[in-house]
Amino acid sequence: MSVPARVVAAALFSLMAAAPLSASSAESLEVRIGYLQWVPDQGPVLSNVIPEPDDAGLRGAELAIADNSTTGKFLGHSYSFQGEVADSEEATLAAYDAMRQSGIELFVVNAPAKTLKTIMEKAGTNTLVFNAGARDDALRTGQCHANLLHTMPSYAMLTDALGQWLNQRRWDEVFLITGPTEADKGWAEAFRRSAKRFGLEIVEDKPWTFDADLRRTASKELPLFTQARGYDAVVVADVRGDFGEYVPFNTWLPRPVVGTQGMSPVTWHRVVESWGAAQLQNRFRELAGRDMNSEDYAAWAAVRAIGTAVADLGSASPGEIRNFLFSDKFQLAAFKGRKLSFRDWNGQLRQPIPLVHPRGLVARAPFEGFLHPNTEMDTLGFDRPESECRIND
Amino acid sequence: MKTLFKHTALAAMIGLSTQAMSTQAMSTQALASLAYVSNEKDNTLSIIDTETQAVVETIDVGARPRGILLSKDYTKLYICASDDDTVQVLDLATRKIVDTLPSGEDPEQFSLHPNNRHLYIANEDDAIVTVVDVETKDVLAQIDVGIEPEGMAVSPDGKWAVNTSETTSMLHWINTETFEIEKNIVVGQRPRHVEFSKDSKIAWASAEIGGTVHIIDVDNLEQIHEMSFKVPGVNQDRVQPVGIELTSDGKYAFVALGPSNHVAVVDAKTYEVLDYLLVGSRVWQLDLDKNEKHLYTTNGVSGDVSVIDVEDLKVIKSIKVGRYPWGVVIDPTS
Repeated sequence: MSVPARVVAAALFSLMAAAPLSASSAESLEVRIGYLQWVPDQGPVLSNVIPEPDDAGLRGAELAIADNSTTGKFLGHSYSFQGEVADSEEATLAAYDAMRQSGIELFVVNAPAKTLKTIMEKAGTNTLVFNAGARDDALRTGQCHANLLHTMPSYAMLTDALGQWLNQRRWDEVFLITGPTEADKGWAEAFRRSAKRFGLEIVEDKPWTFDADLRRTASKELPLFTQARGYDAVVVADVRGDFGEYVPFNTWLPRPVVGTQGMSPVTWHRVVESWGAAQLQNRFRELAGRDMNSEDYAAWAAVRAIGTAVADLGSASPGEIRNFLFSDKFQLAAFKGRKLSFRDWNGQLRQPIPLVHPRGLVARAPFEGFLHPNTEMDTLGFDRPESECRIND
Repeated sequence: MKTLFKHTALAAMIGLSTQAMSTQAMSTQALASLAYVSNEKDNTLSIIDTETQAVVETIDVGARPRGILLSKDYTKLYICASDDDTVQVLDLATRKIVDTLPSGEDPEQFSLHPNNRHLYIANEDDAIVTVVDVETKDVLAQIDVGIEPEGMAVSPDGKWAVNTSETTSMLHWINTETFEIEKNIVVGQRPRHVEFSKDSKIAWASAEIGGTVHIIDVDNLEQIHEMSFKVPGVNQDRVQPVGIELTSDGKYAFVALGPSNHVAVVDAKTYEVLDYLLVGSRVWQLDLDKNEKHLYTTNGVSGDVSVIDVEDLKVIKSIKVGRYPWGVVIDPTS
């Protein structure tokens, strides 16, 4: 099931010739962006009915390049894009080296935290990297890097969105099931923190250890597994989608299932349509022939952040772009109903989190009543006092 | 491919206020000024009698109706049926859809040239502006603009057509004789709407995410002022300017501030905010009635229309309409 290495696109969007130029746009500027993707093979999973697309992330970046180019043609800016979907960490790092050597300084990376950290060790001061894949909290709380920004929300942002929602529904007692992978444990750890923050009680905290095929036995095994005196909801931490899809409707008590399955906090989903999102979804579907997901959105937001900065600065220098992105002048219009900006302590893009079920939007965090002195969006994830990072001090 | 509009039996008088007998309302219908409201998620048009301030009829129209406008002789209403990729023509006398116009894909907002023939349509999904002759139905031009073209306005003197592109954050100034862009002005993030002063000298442009309104001097095509808003007790993120309406005496500008649920009252000469009026949820578009005594606002999330008394600057009524009311226009002659 591993994705073959392939250089996907090296399209040069030189739309300048066709541009109806205004008098002020005589100068020309080329902006080069590199995209690296490596998603390790998840191994066999029980619920393999609906596979994830291999190009999740890449197509989002491509759409944003097209968006940037349309704006750029009125300003004399052209965008060139190089995307690589690698099949190993070595291939990812080799692709990074090659792109860096060819002069690319702006990168969007959709890869595990470990790979990302190796890239950051190689990256000099004149490189700006956007993390559009790794959700690990450690990258936002201690292992920060001055030239690393995150457009993908952290696990903590996602679970805080869920925690707020459970709190405002007054579903305070939850049954937590955690899968065996590192990602599952990371998600569950983030949820335990959220539970503390929002006054939820985890009445049972059970690891998932069964290895039976649930397509045969879910209805028999899960009711027993979820036996407890009382709970308001079952929370599942199963990031790769192994057993979680079989939990809804199979719980001991008639209770809803939330978390990585059931109703989930996500970065993006096809059911998000407000705030002009319907247009973004349409544009994406036309480009990719499928629905836009969280990885696509994070990559899109990263490339659009670069485009927004370049349009204002008239420069593609990583240093100037970085300064602009942390200034009061930057605001990203990103179809989430709020202007988005980067947290200056750890480089995380603050953003509302939709809570969705597979066919509909349930709610959107942050919720009214969860107050914050600066912006309600900072009630999601690690706030300044909770993070050791100070990448702008 | 396109769904045909159904001429379903028209719903009879709904929600008349108690003192207005239905027969009375019928007889005054020809005299009273009517407001038309497009309901984006109901595929309907609500017709409000501005005398009684009640809905008198609801008409089925095409899919996802958004922008609406009146012909210059007030005999027709043009409707952007976004998901049907068409502009529908409603005959106001019979209240029937009598025609459709080629519109390009996903038409959202549009504006009619004073010549009553050239219709400028923003095609949101295609990054173009389409110009259609409403008499011959010919497409006269398709003009490349920025991503997600949205707002469309033609200056009252007919010289300029202005388009806002939401993701590109620009105002594109189209020469109405050559159909070519002559100037692009970068404004705040997600520009939504442009409104010209009566004398065509000043253009007001709202930027939804930027939270700003930009005042453009039309003679020099330059920004002369930038306004921002601070609604007491409302998070700044929620202050998102969309629709703008100007009184013809040059006294006031009204700015709909989206999910802040307020309309700003602005001194149109000094650009000073005079007041913020609480209306329904997510206020989008606005229009003044015949004598400019009342201002009507569409409130998308609460599904109603608020009526503001212009003299007292007070909200006096809210009228329930369909789901997600988008546009509102008032026929001054009806």
